[in-house]
Amino acid sequence: MPLVAPAPQAPVQLLSPTGVRRSRPTGEREYPDVEEYAALVADVGAEQLRARYRDMALVRRFDVEATALQRQGELALWASCTGQEAAQVGAGHGLAGQDHVFPTYREHGLAWVRGVDPLQVLQLYRGSSHGGWDPSDHAFHLYTLVIGAQLPHATGYAMGVQRDGLVGTGDRGRDTAVMACFGDGASSQGEVNEALSWAAVFSAPVVFFCQNNGWAISAPTARQSAAPLHQRATGFGMPGVQVDGNDVLAVEAVVRAAGDRARSGAGPVLVEAVTYRMNAHTTSDDAGRYRTREEEDSWRAKDPLARVEAHLRATDGADDAFFDAVRGESDELGARVRRGVREMTDPAPTSMFDHAYAAEHPLVASERAWLETWLATEPEEAR
Amino acid sequence: MSATTTRPTAPTPDQTASPTGAAATPAGASGASGASGTATLTLAKAITAALHDAMAADEKVLLMGEDIGRLGGVFRVTDGLQATFGEDRVVDTPLAEATILGAAIGLALRGYRPVCEIQFDGFVYPAFSQIVSQLAKMPARLAGAGQLPVVVRIPYGGGIGAVEHHSESPEAYFAHTAGLRVISPATPQDAYWMLRQSLTQPDPVIVMEPKRRYWDKGAVDTSAAALAAAPGLHSARVARPVSDARVSEGGAVTVVAYGPTVRVALDAALAAAEEGVELEVVDLRSLSPLDVGVVEASARRTGRVVVVHEAPVFLGMGAEVAARVTESCFHSLEAPVLRVGGFSVPYPAARIEEHYLPDAERLLDAVDRVLA
Repeated sequence: MPLVAPAPQAPVQLLSPTGVRRSRPTGEREYPDVEEYAALVADVGAEQLRARYRDMALVRRFDVEATALQRQGELALWASCTGQEAAQVGAGHGLAGQDHVFPTYREHGLAWVRGVDPLQVLQLYRGSSHGGWDPSDHAFHLYTLVIGAQLPHATGYAMGVQRDGLVGTGDRGRDTAVMACFGDGASSQGEVNEALSWAAVFSAPVVFFCQNNGWAISAPTARQSAAPLHQRATGFGMPGVQVDGNDVLAVEAVVRAAGDRARSGAGPVLVEAVTYRMNAHTTSDDAGRYRTREEEDSWRAKDPLARVEAHLRATDGADDAFFDAVRGESDELGARVRRGVREMTDPAPTSMFDHAYAAEHPLVASERAWLETWLATEPEEAR
Repeated sequence: MSATTTRPTAPTPDQTASPTGAAATPAGASGASGASGTATLTLAKAITAALHDAMAADEKVLLMGEDIGRLGGVFRVTDGLQATFGEDRVVDTPLAEATILGAAIGLALRGYRPVCEIQFDGFVYPAFSQIVSQLAKMPARLAGAGQLPVVVRIPYGGGIGAVEHHSESPEAYFAHTAGLRVISPATPQDAYWMLRQSLTQPDPVIVMEPKRRYWDKGAVDTSAAALAAAPGLHSARVARPVSDARVSEGGAVTVVAYGPTVRVALDAALAAAEEGVELEVVDLRSLSPLDVGVVEASARRTGRVVVVHEAPVFLGMGAEVAARVTESCFHSLEAPVLRVGGFSVPYPAARIEEHYLPDAERLLDAVDRVLA
């Protein structure tokens, strides 16, 4: 008798692609805890769903504008998040204000929910900064471009949270979780697996949030992992849950549950949000070379914004005036982003020396002095 | 042969540029015994004392590494510290070097001062990406919004008869990476104070600990007065000065060494002196930044320079020292700067490592060549 893999379950879904909100199991392959998750977001009514829709629409508009700015030569690169708005906006709203987020380089929706200004995000992609914002302003750390390197950081940060006595006190306003974002491609990295194991061993309050968007540049998820990613959690000693990443409500519910567990001191959780990267990995690659139009169209039918709109319209939660207002606000955001990028000034050349070291460093000081002198010298004199 | 175990008494020349070592006097500086003052300690126990005293002085200091708790580390450097400070401050980690470093970065972002122990030099490479791409660069990315005061201790170098991957000299990788400070103490006193200084300043520090000197003994003064008298963290020192009279007799050579080869240089100096040749031994102490001022001052006096280290000569620290001295002291030099070091081969099996490691004889051969 050959070994048999467990029957797959459907990811947690509370809002169907056609906009039907669910609160109890309806089919054979239904996720069994759907009622518990639905109860966790019972407070998310029409008003809150309109706010989620607005967030997703503005993030998408920002993403479209940034893509255009890259094509116009204003940005060196852009990593689009179109298609992943529900995963990111849902996760952002599922967290508590005091929680910390360690993002990858595509977390524009999470950055938005956390209050990071889109123009700050664009400094990195314009090449005018390696960061762009102060992590302490929004408990949102800097983007990390080395795949998966931020998971150990998040884990260590969570160990600090533990040592600061901010786990398991029962004070919902103080107990703190750390969200570590990564993708399906990053799941292949050693450090990601080290961090999962490490966090479980130390019961660190980490919500590992994997956005499985189907592709790691040109390699499909099947090339990264022979097993569903959320199933790895068991082997590391933590719960794993798969959620429909295009369902903003389900992601919020699952992240709330994972955050509650981490903050209580019960340890980490692995959340796999199954979603799809509708555009290329970045503006540097061509998705047409490695995937089909049919696949993209099938995901377009599961669009995260469309299902919220369908639900709101069907339940009289929003009318044309609302959607028109969001569209107008989106256009204003696009114009502000375009104008802001073009008005960005380059940093001073000698700013490269400013934070290489915190304490004075003789070599850096002498090289700074040399560049200052060089820049102050007319080219013909310098030679 | 005990020159390395005592502090130099002669004044150190030309330490003009040493702003980085201005460490605050730690509160309650005391030896591992709890008593302030001078004790004779091995280099390893001097590090133990420094860790103990730093942890006592600053509750944000914590240690992370493999087997550092109940075992006290494979070299017993952390012996007894977990019993004193508990499992949350002396953390026995999973066998995961990348995450020892990565978690330390996260802890530092949270306001802690992690000290990572890498068990052996050859095991640092799994953590290399976290060190050079994250630890070194993140302060610049943060642009003033955060610091990463992480200390990484790496026992390094050969000469203890170890097996593969246990005797390497990777210091140039780290010294080449901007954003890191790299130090290598050669004496128990320096091991104590350089570690204490590392744990009171804001930048990441890679501490290359010369493992074959772990058992060398020397006087360690843990008093606050000793800190005030200690050179800055980035400063070189003249471990064996040569008088102007000796130099003018025409038989003096500057030998630049650090970590495990300081004692090699001092041994060579004793042998050379018997033949009327004086070696002024400069102990770099800091590999990045490099205190070239001390080296240059000595080079200008002697006109002859030899650099010695265990790492392969090709693109090693000696290349940087030679280039700097040649650029700044060309008209004072009587001979090309020579380098003595390891070969460009993977570290050899222990039974033949004595032929790889530069010893006093190889150093003296180079001295003869710069005098020829």
